[in-house]
Amino acid sequence: MSTENTKTTLKKESLFSKKNRMLLKDPLSDTNPITIQVLGICSALAITVQLQQAVIMSLSVLFVMIGGSLIVSLLRNMIPDKIRIIVQLVIIAALVIIVDEVLKAYQPDVSEKLSVFVGLIITNCIIMGRLEAFALANKPGPSVMDAIGNGMGYAWILLAVSAVREVFGSGAISLPGMGQITFLPEAWFIAKGGFYENNNLMILPPMALIVVGIIIWIQRSRNEALIED
Amino acid sequence: MCFKLTLTAVKSAFRIFDMAINKNNTGYTFLFSIIMVVVVGAGLAYTSLSLKPLQKANAADKQMIDILVAIQVTSTRETAKEVFASYVSERISIDAKGNLVSKITGLVDSKNALDPFNIDIKKDYRAYKTKRDADGNILRDGYTFPLYVCKKDGKKLYVVPVVGSGLWGPIWGYVALEDDMETIFGAAFAHKTETPGLGAEINMPSFSDQFQGKSLREAAPYFNVIKSGGATDDSSVDGITGGTITSKGVEEMMNRTLDVYLRYFKTLKTVESDSLNTNNQ
Repeated sequence: MSTENTKTTLKKESLFSKKNRMLLKDPLSDTNPITIQVLGICSALAITVQLQQAVIMSLSVLFVMIGGSLIVSLLRNMIPDKIRIIVQLVIIAALVIIVDEVLKAYQPDVSEKLSVFVGLIITNCIIMGRLEAFALANKPGPSVMDAIGNGMGYAWILLAVSAVREVFGSGAISLPGMGQITFLPEAWFIAKGGFYENNNLMILPPMALIVVGIIIWIQRSRNEALIED
Repeated sequence: MCFKLTLTAVKSAFRIFDMAINKNNTGYTFLFSIIMVVVVGAGLAYTSLSLKPLQKANAADKQMIDILVAIQVTSTRETAKEVFASYVSERISIDAKGNLVSKITGLVDSKNALDPFNIDIKKDYRAYKTKRDADGNILRDGYTFPLYVCKKDGKKLYVVPVVGSGLWGPIWGYVALEDDMETIFGAAFAHKTETPGLGAEINMPSFSDQFQGKSLREAAPYFNVIKSGGATDDSSVDGITGGTITSKGVEEMMNRTLDVYLRYFKTLKTVESDSLNTNNQ
Protein backbone atom coordinates (compact mmCIF):
# COMPACT_ATOMS: atom_id res chain seq x y z
CA MET A 1 0.00 0.00 0.00
CA SER A 2 2.86 2.41 0.76
CA THR A 3 4.25 2.10 -2.76
CA GLU A 4 0.82 2.99 -4.07
CA ASN A 5 0.77 6.19 -2.02
CA THR A 6 4.23 7.34 -3.06
CA LYS A 7 3.46 6.67 -6.66
CA THR A 8 0.34 8.77 -6.64
CA THR A 9 1.87 11.70 -4.78
CA LEU A 10 4.41 11.96 -7.58
CA LYS A 11 1.60 12.69 -9.98
CA LYS A 12 0.36 16.18 -10.47
CA GLU A 13 -3.24 15.50 -9.66
CA SER A 14 -3.94 14.50 -6.09
CA LEU A 15 -5.54 11.09 -5.59
CA PHE A 16 -8.31 12.72 -3.58
CA SER A 17 -9.05 15.59 -5.96
CA LYS A 18 -12.68 16.39 -6.58
CA LYS A 19 -12.70 14.44 -9.83
CA ASN A 20 -11.29 11.34 -8.19
CA ARG A 21 -13.65 11.56 -5.27
CA MET A 22 -16.51 11.52 -7.76
CA LEU A 23 -15.11 8.23 -9.10
CA LEU A 24 -15.57 6.80 -5.64
CA LYS A 25 -18.92 8.40 -4.86
CA ASP A 26 -20.90 8.26 -8.09
CA PRO A 27 -21.18 4.47 -8.42
CA LEU A 28 -22.67 4.32 -4.94
CA SER A 29 -25.80 6.13 -6.08
CA ASP A 30 -26.11 7.99 -9.39
CA THR A 31 -24.26 5.50 -11.59
CA ASN A 32 -24.77 2.42 -9.42
CA PRO A 33 -23.80 -0.67 -11.41
CA ILE A 34 -26.82 -2.72 -10.29
CA THR A 35 -29.70 -0.28 -9.93
CA ILE A 36 -28.83 2.20 -12.69
CA GLN A 37 -26.66 0.31 -15.16
CA VAL A 38 -28.33 -3.04 -14.38
CA LEU A 39 -25.05 -4.96 -14.58
CA GLY A 40 -24.06 -8.01 -12.53
CA ILE A 41 -27.69 -8.58 -11.65
CA CYS A 42 -27.49 -12.39 -11.97
CA SER A 43 -25.28 -12.90 -8.93
CA ALA A 44 -27.16 -10.16 -7.06
CA LEU A 45 -30.35 -12.17 -7.36
CA ALA A 46 -28.87 -15.59 -6.73
CA ILE A 47 -26.77 -15.26 -3.60
CA THR A 48 -28.69 -12.73 -1.53
CA VAL A 49 -30.53 -15.25 0.65
CA GLN A 50 -28.08 -14.83 3.52
CA LEU A 51 -26.10 -11.82 4.65
CA GLN A 52 -23.00 -13.94 5.20
CA GLN A 53 -22.98 -15.12 1.58
CA ALA A 54 -23.47 -11.58 0.35
CA VAL A 55 -20.54 -10.33 2.45
CA ILE A 56 -18.20 -12.99 1.08
CA MET A 57 -19.43 -12.44 -2.48
CA SER A 58 -18.98 -8.66 -2.17
CA LEU A 59 -15.46 -9.06 -0.81
CA SER A 60 -14.61 -11.46 -3.65
CA VAL A 61 -15.93 -9.09 -6.30
CA LEU A 62 -14.14 -6.14 -4.66
CA PHE A 63 -10.86 -8.07 -4.65
CA VAL A 64 -11.19 -9.12 -8.29
CA MET A 65 -12.22 -5.62 -9.28
CA ILE A 66 -9.40 -3.80 -7.53
CA GLY A 67 -6.80 -6.36 -8.57
CA GLY A 68 -8.01 -6.42 -12.16
CA SER A 69 -8.17 -2.64 -12.47
CA LEU A 70 -4.73 -2.21 -10.98
CA ILE A 71 -3.10 -4.82 -13.22
CA VAL A 72 -4.85 -3.68 -16.41
CA SER A 73 -4.07 -0.05 -15.62
CA LEU A 74 -0.38 -0.81 -15.00
CA LEU A 75 -0.17 -2.77 -18.25
CA ARG A 76 -2.38 -0.38 -20.24
CA ASN A 77 0.48 0.80 -22.45
CA MET A 78 1.72 -2.73 -23.11
CA ILE A 79 -1.52 -4.59 -23.86
CA PRO A 80 -1.89 -5.02 -27.64
CA ASP A 81 -5.20 -3.51 -28.79
CA LYS A 82 -6.10 -6.53 -30.88
CA ILE A 83 -6.25 -8.93 -27.94
CA ARG A 84 -7.16 -6.55 -25.12
CA ILE A 85 -10.48 -8.22 -24.30
CA ILE A 86 -8.81 -11.63 -24.02
CA VAL A 87 -6.06 -10.18 -21.85
CA GLN A 88 -8.66 -8.63 -19.53
CA LEU A 89 -10.54 -11.90 -19.40
CA VAL A 90 -7.39 -13.86 -18.50
CA ILE A 91 -6.53 -11.40 -15.73
CA ILE A 92 -10.06 -11.54 -14.29
CA ALA A 93 -10.25 -15.34 -14.60
CA ALA A 94 -6.90 -15.80 -12.85
CA LEU A 95 -7.98 -13.58 -9.96
CA VAL A 96 -11.34 -15.37 -9.67
CA ILE A 97 -9.66 -18.78 -9.56
CA ILE A 98 -7.39 -17.52 -6.78
CA VAL A 99 -10.45 -16.30 -4.84
CA ASP A 100 -12.20 -19.64 -5.38
CA GLU A 101 -9.19 -21.64 -4.18
CA VAL A 102 -8.72 -19.42 -1.12
CA LEU A 103 -12.41 -19.74 -0.20
CA LYS A 104 -12.23 -23.52 -0.56
CA ALA A 105 -9.26 -23.56 1.80
CA TYR A 106 -10.39 -21.06 4.43
CA GLN A 107 -14.21 -20.79 4.10
CA PRO A 108 -15.30 -24.26 2.93
CA ASP A 109 -18.94 -23.92 4.04
CA VAL A 110 -19.44 -20.57 2.35
CA SER A 111 -17.63 -21.85 -0.71
CA GLU A 112 -20.10 -24.74 -0.89
CA LYS A 113 -23.07 -22.41 -0.69
CA LEU A 114 -21.75 -19.96 -3.27
CA SER A 115 -20.79 -22.93 -5.49
CA VAL A 116 -20.79 -21.80 -9.11
CA PHE A 117 -21.36 -18.13 -8.40
CA VAL A 118 -17.76 -17.46 -7.43
CA GLY A 119 -16.72 -18.85 -10.80
CA LEU A 120 -19.34 -16.70 -12.45
CA ILE A 121 -17.63 -13.53 -11.18
CA ILE A 122 -15.61 -13.96 -14.37
CA THR A 123 -18.69 -13.11 -16.40
CA ASN A 124 -19.81 -10.29 -14.09
CA CYS A 125 -20.30 -7.42 -16.52
CA ILE A 126 -19.37 -4.79 -13.93
CA ILE A 127 -15.76 -5.94 -13.79
CA MET A 128 -15.20 -6.34 -17.52
CA GLY A 129 -17.06 -3.10 -18.14
CA ARG A 130 -14.94 -1.04 -15.77
CA LEU A 131 -11.67 -2.55 -17.04
CA GLU A 132 -12.56 -1.82 -20.65
CA ALA A 133 -14.14 1.58 -20.04
CA PHE A 134 -11.87 2.98 -17.35
CA ALA A 135 -8.76 1.09 -16.28
CA LEU A 136 -7.52 0.62 -19.84
CA ALA A 137 -7.32 4.39 -20.32
CA ASN A 138 -6.41 5.70 -16.88
CA LYS A 139 -3.55 5.72 -14.39
CA PRO A 140 -3.47 3.13 -11.57
CA GLY A 141 -4.58 5.58 -8.84
CA PRO A 142 -7.88 6.69 -10.39
CA SER A 143 -8.46 3.16 -11.74
CA VAL A 144 -8.30 1.68 -8.25
CA MET A 145 -10.60 4.44 -6.96
CA ASP A 146 -13.04 3.64 -9.74
CA ALA A 147 -12.84 -0.08 -8.92
CA ILE A 148 -13.46 0.53 -5.22
CA GLY A 149 -16.38 2.83 -6.05
CA ASN A 150 -18.08 0.37 -8.37
CA GLY A 151 -17.28 -2.59 -6.11
CA MET A 152 -18.84 -0.81 -3.16
CA GLY A 153 -21.82 0.20 -5.29
CA TYR A 154 -22.34 -3.49 -6.06
CA ALA A 155 -21.68 -4.49 -2.45
CA TRP A 156 -24.15 -2.21 -0.69
CA ILE A 157 -27.02 -3.31 -2.90
CA LEU A 158 -26.12 -6.95 -2.22
CA LEU A 159 -25.91 -6.35 1.52
CA ALA A 160 -29.18 -4.40 1.64
CA VAL A 161 -31.09 -6.99 -0.38
CA SER A 162 -29.69 -9.92 1.57
CA ALA A 163 -30.36 -8.27 4.94
CA VAL A 164 -34.02 -7.69 4.01
CA ARG A 165 -34.40 -11.21 2.63
CA GLU A 166 -32.75 -12.91 5.59
CA VAL A 167 -34.66 -10.96 8.24
CA PHE A 168 -38.08 -11.56 6.69
CA GLY A 169 -37.32 -14.96 5.17
CA SER A 170 -35.46 -16.66 8.01
CA GLY A 171 -36.47 -14.47 10.95
CA ALA A 172 -32.92 -13.88 12.11
CA ILE A 173 -29.54 -12.97 10.70
CA SER A 174 -26.83 -15.52 11.33
CA LEU A 175 -23.22 -14.42 11.11
CA PRO A 176 -20.24 -16.59 12.02
CA GLY A 177 -18.87 -15.76 15.44
CA MET A 178 -21.95 -13.74 16.41
CA GLY A 179 -24.56 -16.47 16.32
CA GLN A 180 -28.14 -15.60 15.47
CA ILE A 181 -29.26 -12.00 15.68
CA THR A 182 -33.02 -11.93 16.13
CA PHE A 183 -35.16 -8.88 15.48
CA LEU A 184 -38.58 -10.04 16.56
CA PRO A 185 -39.59 -11.39 19.98
CA GLU A 186 -39.80 -15.21 20.00
CA ALA A 187 -43.36 -15.11 21.29
CA TRP A 188 -44.57 -13.42 18.10
CA PHE A 189 -43.97 -16.52 16.01
CA ILE A 190 -46.88 -18.87 15.28
CA ALA A 191 -44.84 -21.82 16.52
CA LYS A 192 -44.74 -20.14 19.94
CA GLY A 193 -48.40 -19.18 19.90
CA GLY A 194 -48.02 -15.78 18.26
CA PHE A 195 -49.25 -14.35 14.96
CA TYR A 196 -46.08 -13.97 12.87
CA GLU A 197 -44.58 -16.39 10.38
CA ASN A 198 -41.47 -16.16 8.23
CA ASN A 199 -42.20 -15.37 4.62
CA ASN A 200 -40.94 -18.22 2.47
CA LEU A 201 -41.28 -16.15 -0.69
CA MET A 202 -38.40 -14.00 0.59
CA ILE A 203 -36.04 -16.96 0.26
CA LEU A 204 -37.00 -17.59 -3.36
CA PRO A 205 -35.17 -15.77 -6.20
CA PRO A 206 -38.11 -13.65 -7.45
CA MET A 207 -38.13 -11.73 -4.18
CA ALA A 208 -34.57 -10.53 -4.83
CA LEU A 209 -35.79 -8.95 -8.06
CA ILE A 210 -38.65 -7.28 -6.22
CA VAL A 211 -36.37 -5.93 -3.47
CA VAL A 212 -33.91 -4.59 -6.08
CA GLY A 213 -36.91 -3.04 -7.85
CA ILE A 214 -37.98 -1.30 -4.65
CA ILE A 215 -34.46 0.11 -4.20
CA ILE A 216 -34.54 1.41 -7.80
CA TRP A 217 -37.96 2.97 -7.13
CA ILE A 218 -36.76 4.78 -3.99
CA GLN A 219 -33.60 5.92 -5.75
CA ARG A 220 -35.40 7.38 -8.74
CA SER A 221 -38.06 9.08 -6.71
CA ARG A 222 -35.33 10.83 -4.73
CA ASN A 223 -33.36 11.90 -7.79
CA GLU A 224 -35.57 12.88 -10.70
CA ALA A 225 -32.59 13.26 -13.04
CA LEU A 226 -32.38 9.45 -13.16
CA ILE A 227 -35.88 9.01 -14.54
CA GLU A 228 -35.91 8.16 -18.24
CA ASP A 229 -38.77 9.12 -20.52
CA MET B 1 15.14 8.87 -2.35
CA CYS B 2 16.44 5.58 -3.57
CA PHE B 3 12.89 4.47 -4.23
CA LYS B 4 12.16 7.62 -6.28
CA LEU B 5 15.24 7.02 -8.38
CA THR B 6 14.27 3.45 -9.21
CA LEU B 7 10.76 4.59 -9.95
CA THR B 8 11.95 7.18 -12.47
CA ALA B 9 14.28 4.57 -13.95
CA VAL B 10 11.41 2.12 -14.38
CA LYS B 11 9.24 4.85 -15.82
CA SER B 12 11.78 5.91 -18.42
CA ALA B 13 12.37 2.26 -19.28
CA PHE B 14 8.63 1.95 -19.93
CA ARG B 15 8.72 5.08 -22.08
CA ILE B 16 11.61 3.79 -24.19
CA PHE B 17 9.83 0.46 -24.47
CA ASP B 18 6.68 2.24 -25.61
CA MET B 19 8.49 4.13 -28.33
CA ALA B 20 10.70 1.28 -29.48
CA ILE B 21 7.99 -1.31 -30.05
CA ASN B 22 5.10 -1.22 -32.42
CA LYS B 23 2.27 -2.69 -30.43
CA ASN B 24 0.19 -3.58 -33.46
CA ASN B 25 2.90 -5.89 -34.64
CA THR B 26 1.72 -9.53 -34.80
CA GLY B 27 4.99 -10.78 -33.34
CA TYR B 28 4.55 -8.50 -30.31
CA THR B 29 0.99 -9.74 -29.85
CA PHE B 30 2.19 -13.34 -29.84
CA LEU B 31 5.04 -12.57 -27.47
CA PHE B 32 2.68 -10.77 -25.12
CA SER B 33 0.19 -13.64 -25.06
CA ILE B 34 2.90 -16.23 -24.48
CA ILE B 35 4.42 -14.32 -21.56
CA MET B 36 0.97 -13.66 -20.12
CA VAL B 37 -0.06 -17.32 -20.26
CA VAL B 38 3.20 -18.51 -18.68
CA VAL B 39 3.04 -15.97 -15.86
CA VAL B 40 -0.64 -16.57 -15.11
CA GLY B 41 -0.24 -20.35 -15.37
CA ALA B 42 2.69 -20.39 -12.97
CA GLY B 43 0.85 -18.15 -10.51
CA LEU B 44 -2.26 -20.33 -10.50
CA ALA B 45 -0.27 -23.54 -10.20
CA TYR B 46 1.56 -22.12 -7.19
CA THR B 47 -1.71 -21.01 -5.50
CA SER B 48 -3.35 -24.35 -6.13
CA LEU B 49 -0.40 -26.36 -4.80
CA SER B 50 0.07 -24.27 -1.69
CA LEU B 51 -3.63 -24.39 -0.72
CA LYS B 52 -4.09 -28.10 -1.47
CA PRO B 53 -3.29 -29.42 2.04
CA LEU B 54 -5.87 -27.10 3.63
CA GLN B 55 -8.51 -28.01 1.07
CA LYS B 56 -7.83 -31.71 1.64
CA ALA B 57 -8.22 -31.30 5.40
CA ASN B 58 -11.54 -29.52 4.81
CA ALA B 59 -12.75 -32.33 2.58
CA ALA B 60 -11.80 -34.89 5.26
CA ASP B 61 -13.72 -32.93 7.92
CA LYS B 62 -16.73 -32.78 5.63
CA GLN B 63 -16.51 -36.54 5.06
CA MET B 64 -16.53 -37.14 8.83
CA ILE B 65 -19.54 -34.84 9.28
CA ASP B 66 -21.42 -36.70 6.54
CA ILE B 67 -20.66 -40.12 8.04
CA LEU B 68 -21.83 -38.89 11.43
CA VAL B 69 -25.07 -37.55 9.93
CA ALA B 70 -25.88 -41.09 8.75
CA ILE B 71 -25.81 -42.31 12.37
CA GLN B 72 -27.78 -39.20 13.39
CA VAL B 73 -25.00 -37.40 15.18
CA THR B 74 -24.51 -33.74 14.38
CA SER B 75 -21.09 -32.14 14.46
CA THR B 76 -19.36 -29.06 13.14
CA ARG B 77 -16.09 -28.65 11.29
CA GLU B 78 -14.38 -27.75 14.57
CA THR B 79 -15.60 -30.79 16.47
CA ALA B 80 -15.77 -33.32 13.62
CA LYS B 81 -12.46 -35.04 14.43
CA GLU B 82 -13.22 -35.63 18.12
CA VAL B 83 -16.82 -36.68 17.59
CA PHE B 84 -15.80 -38.99 14.76
CA ALA B 85 -13.17 -40.63 16.94
CA SER B 86 -15.65 -41.12 19.77
CA TYR B 87 -18.34 -42.80 17.66
CA VAL B 88 -16.45 -44.64 14.91
CA SER B 89 -14.67 -47.54 16.54
CA GLU B 90 -13.24 -49.35 13.52
CA ARG B 91 -12.48 -48.54 9.93
CA ILE B 92 -12.54 -51.62 7.74
CA SER B 93 -11.69 -52.15 4.13
CA ILE B 94 -13.04 -55.09 2.15
CA ASP B 95 -12.39 -56.27 -1.38
CA ALA B 96 -15.08 -56.59 -4.02
CA LYS B 97 -15.63 -60.28 -3.18
CA GLY B 98 -16.49 -59.39 0.37
CA ASN B 99 -13.27 -60.47 2.08
CA LEU B 100 -11.78 -58.43 4.87
CA VAL B 101 -8.61 -56.60 3.74
CA SER B 102 -7.67 -54.40 6.66
CA LYS B 103 -9.00 -53.13 9.95
CA ILE B 104 -7.80 -49.91 11.54
CA THR B 105 -8.73 -48.33 14.84
CA GLY B 106 -7.67 -45.05 16.42
CA LEU B 107 -7.35 -41.61 14.91
CA VAL B 108 -7.65 -40.98 11.19
CA ASP B 109 -4.23 -40.53 9.60
CA SER B 110 -4.53 -38.54 6.39
CA LYS B 111 -1.08 -39.63 5.26
CA ASN B 112 -1.67 -43.36 5.63
CA ALA B 113 -2.78 -44.63 2.22
CA LEU B 114 -3.93 -47.92 3.80
CA ASP B 115 -6.41 -46.16 6.07
CA PRO B 116 -9.86 -47.03 4.69
CA PHE B 117 -10.89 -43.43 5.39
CA ASN B 118 -8.52 -42.28 2.63
CA ILE B 119 -9.84 -44.58 -0.07
CA ASP B 120 -10.99 -42.49 -3.01
CA ILE B 121 -14.34 -44.22 -3.34
CA LYS B 122 -15.46 -42.05 -6.22
CA LYS B 123 -12.55 -43.19 -8.34
CA ASP B 124 -12.64 -46.83 -7.25
CA TYR B 125 -16.39 -47.19 -7.69
CA ARG B 126 -16.28 -45.75 -11.16
CA ALA B 127 -13.60 -48.24 -12.12
CA TYR B 128 -15.56 -51.03 -10.46
CA LYS B 129 -18.66 -50.05 -12.38
CA THR B 130 -17.03 -49.98 -15.80
CA LYS B 131 -14.26 -52.58 -15.81
CA ARG B 132 -15.35 -55.93 -17.24
CA ASP B 133 -13.41 -58.99 -18.31
CA ALA B 134 -13.62 -60.51 -21.81
CA ASP B 135 -16.89 -62.31 -20.99
CA GLY B 136 -18.55 -59.16 -19.73
CA ASN B 137 -18.37 -60.13 -16.05
CA ILE B 138 -17.56 -57.43 -13.56
CA LEU B 139 -13.91 -57.49 -12.60
CA ARG B 140 -13.83 -57.85 -8.86
CA ASP B 141 -10.13 -57.54 -8.18
CA GLY B 142 -7.96 -54.67 -7.21
CA TYR B 143 -10.42 -52.40 -5.42
CA THR B 144 -11.04 -51.96 -1.75
CA PHE B 145 -14.20 -50.61 -0.21
CA PRO B 146 -14.30 -48.77 3.12
CA LEU B 147 -16.76 -49.62 5.89
CA TYR B 148 -17.16 -47.76 9.16
CA VAL B 149 -18.13 -49.60 12.32
CA CYS B 150 -19.70 -47.22 14.82
CA LYS B 151 -20.93 -47.51 18.38
CA LYS B 152 -23.89 -45.39 19.43
CA ASP B 153 -25.84 -45.85 22.67
CA GLY B 154 -24.43 -49.37 23.02
CA LYS B 155 -25.59 -50.31 19.51
CA LYS B 156 -23.23 -51.45 16.78
CA LEU B 157 -23.82 -49.66 13.49
CA TYR B 158 -22.27 -50.19 10.06
CA VAL B 159 -21.91 -47.14 7.82
CA VAL B 160 -21.68 -47.96 4.13
CA PRO B 161 -20.53 -45.22 1.73
CA VAL B 162 -22.40 -45.15 -1.58
CA VAL B 163 -21.40 -43.27 -4.73
CA GLY B 164 -23.21 -42.87 -8.01
CA SER B 165 -24.38 -40.35 -10.53
CA GLY B 166 -27.43 -38.15 -10.65
CA LEU B 167 -28.72 -36.04 -13.49
CA TRP B 168 -25.92 -33.48 -13.78
CA GLY B 169 -23.04 -34.89 -11.79
CA PRO B 170 -21.92 -37.14 -8.98
CA ILE B 171 -24.13 -37.96 -6.01
CA TRP B 172 -22.99 -39.77 -2.90
CA GLY B 173 -24.08 -40.65 0.56
CA TYR B 174 -23.75 -42.84 3.64
CA VAL B 175 -26.18 -45.54 4.71
CA ALA B 176 -26.04 -46.74 8.32
CA LEU B 177 -27.18 -50.31 9.00
CA GLU B 178 -28.03 -51.73 12.40
CA ASP B 179 -26.15 -54.77 13.66
CA ASP B 180 -28.63 -57.20 12.06
CA MET B 181 -27.11 -55.79 8.84
CA GLU B 182 -30.57 -55.48 7.30
CA THR B 183 -32.36 -52.65 9.03
CA ILE B 184 -31.40 -49.13 7.94
CA PHE B 185 -30.62 -46.95 10.93
CA GLY B 186 -30.20 -43.74 8.97
CA ALA B 187 -28.98 -42.31 5.71
CA ALA B 188 -27.56 -39.07 4.39
CA PHE B 189 -27.07 -38.04 0.80
CA ALA B 190 -25.26 -35.23 -0.95
CA HIS B 191 -24.81 -34.05 -4.49
CA LYS B 192 -22.55 -31.81 -6.49
CA THR B 193 -24.74 -30.06 -9.03
CA GLU B 194 -28.28 -31.44 -8.96
CA THR B 195 -31.15 -29.08 -9.83
CA PRO B 196 -32.09 -26.88 -6.84
CA GLY B 197 -35.62 -27.59 -5.66
CA LEU B 198 -35.79 -30.89 -7.56
CA GLY B 199 -32.91 -33.40 -7.53
CA ALA B 200 -30.99 -31.29 -5.02
CA GLU B 201 -33.60 -32.22 -2.41
CA ILE B 202 -31.84 -35.55 -1.80
CA ASN B 203 -29.67 -33.83 0.79
CA MET B 204 -32.73 -32.70 2.77
CA PRO B 205 -33.92 -34.59 5.87
CA SER B 206 -37.37 -34.88 4.26
CA PHE B 207 -35.86 -37.36 1.81
CA SER B 208 -33.27 -39.11 3.94
CA ASP B 209 -35.49 -39.53 7.01
CA GLN B 210 -37.69 -41.90 5.00
CA PHE B 211 -34.90 -44.48 5.08
CA GLN B 212 -34.95 -44.86 8.86
CA GLY B 213 -36.30 -48.22 9.97
CA LYS B 214 -36.59 -49.61 6.45
CA SER B 215 -34.92 -52.94 5.74
CA LEU B 216 -32.98 -54.42 2.88
CA ARG B 217 -34.26 -57.37 0.84
CA GLU B 218 -32.20 -60.54 0.91
CA ALA B 219 -31.64 -60.60 -2.84
CA ALA B 220 -31.20 -57.89 -5.43
CA PRO B 221 -32.77 -55.39 -5.81
CA TYR B 222 -32.03 -54.75 -2.17
CA PHE B 223 -33.80 -51.43 -2.05
CA ASN B 224 -36.05 -49.30 -4.26
CA VAL B 225 -36.65 -45.61 -4.66
CA ILE B 226 -40.08 -45.41 -6.26
CA LYS B 227 -42.01 -42.66 -8.00
CA SER B 228 -43.43 -40.36 -5.37
CA GLY B 229 -46.32 -41.83 -3.44
CA GLY B 230 -45.78 -45.39 -4.59
CA ALA B 231 -43.63 -46.73 -1.77
CA THR B 232 -45.67 -49.36 0.02
CA ASP B 233 -43.41 -52.14 1.26
CA ASP B 234 -40.65 -52.09 3.82
CA SER B 235 -37.78 -51.92 1.31
CA SER B 236 -38.68 -48.87 -0.70
CA VAL B 237 -39.06 -45.15 -0.23
CA ASP B 238 -40.69 -42.35 -2.21
CA GLY B 239 -38.48 -40.61 -4.73
CA ILE B 240 -38.48 -36.88 -5.32
CA THR B 241 -41.18 -35.38 -7.50
CA GLY B 242 -39.48 -33.85 -10.51
CA GLY B 243 -36.20 -35.46 -9.56
CA THR B 244 -36.74 -38.88 -11.06
CA ILE B 245 -33.27 -39.33 -12.54
CA THR B 246 -31.59 -38.28 -9.30
CA SER B 247 -33.91 -40.61 -7.32
CA LYS B 248 -33.11 -43.48 -9.66
CA GLY B 249 -29.42 -42.61 -9.21
CA VAL B 250 -29.82 -43.06 -5.45
CA GLU B 251 -31.46 -46.44 -6.02
CA GLU B 252 -28.79 -47.54 -8.47
CA MET B 253 -25.87 -46.55 -6.24
CA MET B 254 -27.38 -48.22 -3.20
CA ASN B 255 -28.00 -51.52 -4.95
CA ARG B 256 -24.65 -51.60 -6.72
CA THR B 257 -22.65 -50.77 -3.63
CA LEU B 258 -24.64 -52.83 -1.15
CA ASP B 259 -24.05 -55.82 -3.40
CA VAL B 260 -20.40 -55.73 -2.36
CA TYR B 261 -20.97 -55.03 1.32
CA LEU B 262 -23.67 -57.66 1.70
CA ARG B 263 -21.13 -60.28 0.62
CA TYR B 264 -18.96 -59.22 3.52
CA PHE B 265 -21.93 -59.14 5.91
CA LYS B 266 -22.83 -62.69 4.82
CA THR B 267 -19.37 -63.92 5.82
CA LEU B 268 -19.73 -62.07 9.12
CA LYS B 269 -23.09 -63.72 9.77
CA THR B 270 -21.81 -67.23 9.03
CA VAL B 271 -18.87 -66.66 11.36
CA GLU B 272 -21.26 -65.49 14.06
CA SER B 273 -23.66 -68.41 13.66
CA ASP B 274 -20.73 -70.85 13.58
CA SER B 275 -19.41 -69.49 16.81
CA LEU B 276 -22.90 -69.69 18.31
CA ASN B 277 -23.19 -73.31 17.23
CA THR B 278 -19.84 -74.24 18.71
CA ASN B 279 -20.80 -72.52 21.94
CA ASN B 280 -24.01 -74.51 22.10
CA GLN B 281 -22.31 -77.86 21.61
